[in-house]
Amino acid sequence: MYTNKVLEHFYDPHNYGRMKNPDGVGEVGNPSCGDVLRLYIKVKNDKIIDIKFETLGCAAAIAVSSMTTDMVMGKTLNEALKIKKKDIADELGGLPEIKMHCSNLAEEALKLAIEDYQKKVKDKK
Amino acid sequence: MKVYFDNAATTKVDSRVFEAMKPYFSDIYGNASSLHGFGLSAKQALEEAREVIARKINARHNEIIFTSGATEADNLAIRGVAYKNNHLGNHIITTKIEHPAVLESCRFLETQGFKITYLSVDREGFVNLEELKRSLGEKTILVSIIFANNEIGIIQPIKEIGKIIKNWNEKHNSKIIFHSDAVQAFTKIDINVNDLNLDLLSISSHKIYGPKGIGALYVKEGTKIEKIAHGGHHEYNLRPGTENVTSAVGFAKALELFNPKNYEAVKSLRAYLIKEVLKNIPDSYLNGPLAENVLPNIANFIFKGAEGEAIMLLLDKEGIAVSTGSACASHSLEPSYVLLALGVPKEEAHGSIRVSLGLENKKEEVDYTVKVFKKVIKRLRDINPLR
Repeated sequence: MYTNKVLEHFYDPHNYGRMKNPDGVGEVGNPSCGDVLRLYIKVKNDKIIDIKFETLGCAAAIAVSSMTTDMVMGKTLNEALKIKKKDIADELGGLPEIKMHCSNLAEEALKLAIEDYQKKVKDKK
Repeated sequence: MKVYFDNAATTKVDSRVFEAMKPYFSDIYGNASSLHGFGLSAKQALEEAREVIARKINARHNEIIFTSGATEADNLAIRGVAYKNNHLGNHIITTKIEHPAVLESCRFLETQGFKITYLSVDREGFVNLEELKRSLGEKTILVSIIFANNEIGIIQPIKEIGKIIKNWNEKHNSKIIFHSDAVQAFTKIDINVNDLNLDLLSISSHKIYGPKGIGALYVKEGTKIEKIAHGGHHEYNLRPGTENVTSAVGFAKALELFNPKNYEAVKSLRAYLIKEVLKNIPDSYLNGPLAENVLPNIANFIFKGAEGEAIMLLLDKEGIAVSTGSACASHSLEPSYVLLALGVPKEEAHGSIRVSLGLENKKEEVDYTVKVFKKVIKRLRDINPLR
């Protein structure tokens, strides 16, 4: 069902864990759906210099989270916002149709994390 | 270590079953309906197999219909009764925890004008007998209740249900038919169709160390059902198609080999597995009954804070095969409807794993699996944002 790339990221996820003092946090999904994705970002000079994820979910959800952190690390906020769920799925070599909603969660969580950061910056001013 | 803990999904063919089947591929290969010698010797083997199966459940020879499996047997039972008896009524009673072969057959009949009552179950999984009694009516033609559930192993009070239906029939001079899908129960518990007042019973070969692709429907003499496939007049004109003699022989051999006594050791191993899992992994619990009224080999666990498909794949990586009731692993986005019917909260249902032991499993395999469970669950919980 899953590509080797998906399984790689699932067995050995990148950048998982809780971030102390994140600059932005985005969380999507809910436990009754079986998927919860939380992304933490650290931003400096408009670039995402660190990103971590925590996920409750299936192999696709975990792999998508892990891949997303790889794709986002070091990008500017604008570049990060351009990343779409199809891009994440493509980087993983594709996802089964029924699992595409997992990549949607990652795109959403990233957007929310960046929005959260931007809101915090605005509030400080 | 490779550990196969998914015996409720399927079992391997026992080597003695395989040996018994061999002659019927290329030595005795005639069409059992042919009237020459080649056919007659195949026919003899078929009828011997039929006799063995009949005796196992205390049925008559001519009450056993071979099918391609229990799914077909369930379809034949439910749609067969519906089409033949719709002049008597259009109401069918079943439960919320049936196998999809029963549920989907019922759902299909709903589109054809039949009314279906899906009985609730309690927190352990027992069918609500009061609801059954209340549901029986003058338009009821069939009651279908799964003998032992494939996900949680619970064994229903089939004898009591048989009595309820018999009493109703006697009181109202009606002929409500009683069917049970006994796929998981067969050979693990003794089934005597007369004692239980059953009219129809579905059984399968590949859950009991026989080959895939064959099952049977017990049809009590006098029970009228419509055939659902058309063609030749095989199987007492109820199920057309050249008989699968090879598999019928295998099926009969398998059920000759195993009976409840063989499962005593499995029962102890299951108890040990449950004890060790619940002891070693916090925030976990068993679905269904612990020891009574439950199959000797099925244990369905909930692990809070970890998702079922992820657990299953991480176990698979360590060589262990189990199954999950998580939505992510199904083809819909809903978790197991059986667990939901029990009242398991949705978020917990996603963290379900079914372990189904087989006759060859050993204590070392359970010990290894518990160790892996512990490691895997902790790992998944550590990356859960809601921990």
